[in-house]
Amino acid sequence: MALFKADEIRLAGMAASVPSKTVNNRDYSWISKKERELLIKSTGVETKRVIEPGTATSDLCYAATTKLLEDLQWDPKDIGILIFVSQTRDYLIPATSGILQERLGLPKSAIVLDINQGCSGFVYGLATISSLMKTTGIEKALLLVGDISSLNSAYRDKSTYPLFGDAGTATAIEMKKGAGPMYFNLQGDGKGYDAIIIPDGGFRNHLSKKSFDYKKHGDGIYRSNLHVALNGMDVFNFTLREVPPNAKALFAFSGTDPASLDYYIFHQANKLIIQTITKMLRLDKDKVPLSIDKFGNTSSASVPLTLVSELRDQLNAYPVKLFLSAYGIGLSWGSVILETDGMVCPEIVEYKK
Amino acid sequence: MEIGIDKFIKLVEDEFDDLEPGIMKPESKFKEVMEWNSINALIFVALVKTEFDVDVNADDLIKSQTVQDLYNLVAERAK
Repeated sequence: MALFKADEIRLAGMAASVPSKTVNNRDYSWISKKERELLIKSTGVETKRVIEPGTATSDLCYAATTKLLEDLQWDPKDIGILIFVSQTRDYLIPATSGILQERLGLPKSAIVLDINQGCSGFVYGLATISSLMKTTGIEKALLLVGDISSLNSAYRDKSTYPLFGDAGTATAIEMKKGAGPMYFNLQGDGKGYDAIIIPDGGFRNHLSKKSFDYKKHGDGIYRSNLHVALNGMDVFNFTLREVPPNAKALFAFSGTDPASLDYYIFHQANKLIIQTITKMLRLDKDKVPLSIDKFGNTSSASVPLTLVSELRDQLNAYPVKLFLSAYGIGLSWGSVILETDGMVCPEIVEYKK
Repeated sequence: MEIGIDKFIKLVEDEFDDLEPGIMKPESKFKEVMEWNSINALIFVALVKTEFDVDVNADDLIKSQTVQDLYNLVAERAK
């Protein structure tokens, strides 16, 4: 396990943007009404936000970032690092971080890079950006995390379509003398690389005519090789096997009594997973906020989106002790313990194309 | 495992709201009595993980037929 800490770094602010278009799973007529109710009850996803054609992940992240910089009164010229974390980048090449750098008006001296991570992306991004700040001494940085996974799921695949929603987020991070450490525990297991996968369209299986062919993969599951394939049972088992020990190791490493934390934020994979982990770790479920009912599983964006959506008032008002845990595609998982000290958290920005 | 099959059935009945109490017997085929689907499979996996810290995968559930099979599976693996 990679257990480490980064001190003298604070979260200055956080913002999120979601598309204005809402999709309700009660209208998902590909499956029966009874099945829809069971799906909503167990996954927790009632509604989700989805983009209109033509909107890219960077548009959502840009909307969140401009609002955040305005409220923080940060000058883009002072920002020295921009990291964009996503699995639905704007182009196959080049990286999206450069597009955002230019659009936001960051200086040419800035370090800009993409990280290709999904569900675990916010924790991985935060660990990377903090480490870079520590080694470079750069004082202000932006972590832009988002996904538009709705584009990847086939409507006639009941194992993916109802789950995924779209969102983009922005987190502003700065150096501050005396800021308490953030404790991290990052892990990965590439043996499960195909548990969540889009088989075609990359550089292993290049796009071909066959990529578009729909095939039946089970009851109510039809998709092509350009759609995401999700092995729900494998991912579920992986999460229950790996996430609780990862959390316990971080509690021990940081010397934290879990009960002393104010909130535990889990990647909003589905409600059943979050409830089961909460039980296994014996956490107080009243301290586990959920946003999946409104926004679905927004992949990399789900942890910061949940913070902004559910804890905005608290984060704006006073210091909050947080445990964040994110897990999924890769397979990749990680957690962080940190204490905020008064953040700037604007309301969720509704993105209209 | 500390609990017998009767208590195991009670646990399963409590977890699945649609299940009429008493309908499930050790010899019952669970995929018939409880309208088996992929979501219910996950709910069952979560139940045995939290109650007994036992891992059950998709293959295990495909191979199992009766409630007794499920109980045996969990009992063998319970620590």
